[in-house]
Amino acid sequence: MIRFQNVGMRYGLGSEVLRNVNFDLQLGSFHFLSGISGAGKSSLLKLIYLAHKPSHGQITMFDRDVTLANRRELAVMRRKIGVVFQDFRLFDHLSVIDNVALPLKIKGEDWDRIKIHAAELLGWVGLRDCIDASPLTLSGGQKQRVAIARAVISRPEILLADEPTGNVDDSIALRLLRLFGELNRLGTTILIATHNENLMERFDHPRLHLADGELSGPFLGSSQHTEST
Amino acid sequence: MFLRQNDLALNSDPARHLMPWLVAMIVYLAGLSLAGMMSLASAVERWDNGLKGTVTIQVPPGNSRVSGDAMKKLLPILRNTPGVIAARALGKAETATLLEPWLGKGVGGDNLPLPRLIDVKVRTNIGPDLKALANILSVAVPGTVIDDHQKSLNRLITFAKAVELVAIAIVLLVALAAVVTIVFITRTGLAIHHDGIELLHLMGAQDGYVSRQFQAEALGLGLKGGAIGFGLTAITVVALSHMAGAVGAGLLPRLNLSLGQWLALAGVPLGITAIVMITTHVTVISDLKRLP
Repeated sequence: MIRFQNVGMRYGLGSEVLRNVNFDLQLGSFHFLSGISGAGKSSLLKLIYLAHKPSHGQITMFDRDVTLANRRELAVMRRKIGVVFQDFRLFDHLSVIDNVALPLKIKGEDWDRIKIHAAELLGWVGLRDCIDASPLTLSGGQKQRVAIARAVISRPEILLADEPTGNVDDSIALRLLRLFGELNRLGTTILIATHNENLMERFDHPRLHLADGELSGPFLGSSQHTEST
Repeated sequence: MFLRQNDLALNSDPARHLMPWLVAMIVYLAGLSLAGMMSLASAVERWDNGLKGTVTIQVPPGNSRVSGDAMKKLLPILRNTPGVIAARALGKAETATLLEPWLGKGVGGDNLPLPRLIDVKVRTNIGPDLKALANILSVAVPGTVIDDHQKSLNRLITFAKAVELVAIAIVLLVALAAVVTIVFITRTGLAIHHDGIELLHLMGAQDGYVSRQFQAEALGLGLKGGAIGFGLTAITVVALSHMAGAVGAGLLPRLNLSLGQWLALAGVPLGITAIVMITTHVTVISDLKRLP
């Protein structure tokens, strides 16, 4: 479903931050993307959520070579990808429910339906009481859950999360991973970038590892204490 | 309000707060230029219509007896000339009234030598041969001249056209200034909201979706500024109209606009708002091309 063939990436005229990346992610799979800070995890995610173009190589998603897709096709592809950003990227001037509703609003869906769906989803992530709150009044964990609700409201085929547990304590991190597990069971392909070894060891998912811009893996999870998601 | 507000907090941009005043100034300048152009065009049309089919004969000043003799010679000649409908000698009082806007009241006495005037109505389709008529009249009463008003009217029309061109140039320059300023304001907004725009883009928003956010904001601000500008224009036009009336009807063209002209003036804020929206759209769309 997601295929990288000999993909490289650079920012501007700088040196390549990703080199000769090759992998296949199957439909409905759940992977961790590991590596130390600066290894290129966020850059790899940017290529997958179509925020950046590769400097060389071929990326195939949704049965289409994305380097050959036009702007309209790329926009349609992006609607099938949910992203949870490390810094949440919520609109502070919008209420929680308006933030969550954005992807459906962009899709042009019926307003009443969006409202009902967004409220249900906020209930699912435990934020029913914060529907009309401003993101400025939320804690880091609450913001994280709003970001997740926004990422999944349009039922994306792929869900990407960049260090989703970086700003929350361990108990919330576990809860988030279980949320991702639920989504995965519903058929969503999930890729989580993290450098949290403890978390990766607790969940038995294959791992792609990035080091100095080069990818290795996928490796199967090898923890003695794996947790079923 | 759920879902109805702008995704981007464009109304918080400091530069956009100036936009209604900018649009108001542009509408005001363009509106005044247009009002001036329209009132001058109307004045020229009135003058043209008023003078069409009329010729004025000027008889050199002299004492009453001499003038009376001259009239007795000239009027029969004129009335028997083919193409002349009527010829009427103007009295001294009438002549003085015509000169009132320039010379004031009480100029009709014998202390100021005034030419005697004959108002001649001629056919507009097949009028008299004015050159031949001038010769005949000057032989009958030396010094008599014919004024068919064309020379002065042509000068006025040339002047009016020059003013019209200047007014059009002002409107075009003002519109150009509006375009340039809107481009800068929009680019400032694009820079301020870069992160938000990128986020919408990554969620699958098409360029048009983002552009509509800017356009909706520009529409509101443009109409607000347009209303202010139109209001100021209307006040100025009415005030100038009163002032022109007080100066004297003969000296200045009237600034009384017709209903159609007021409607044309009301189109200025709408036109400027349309320019603002189109400029905003083009600026946003061209800027978004940098996103993959």
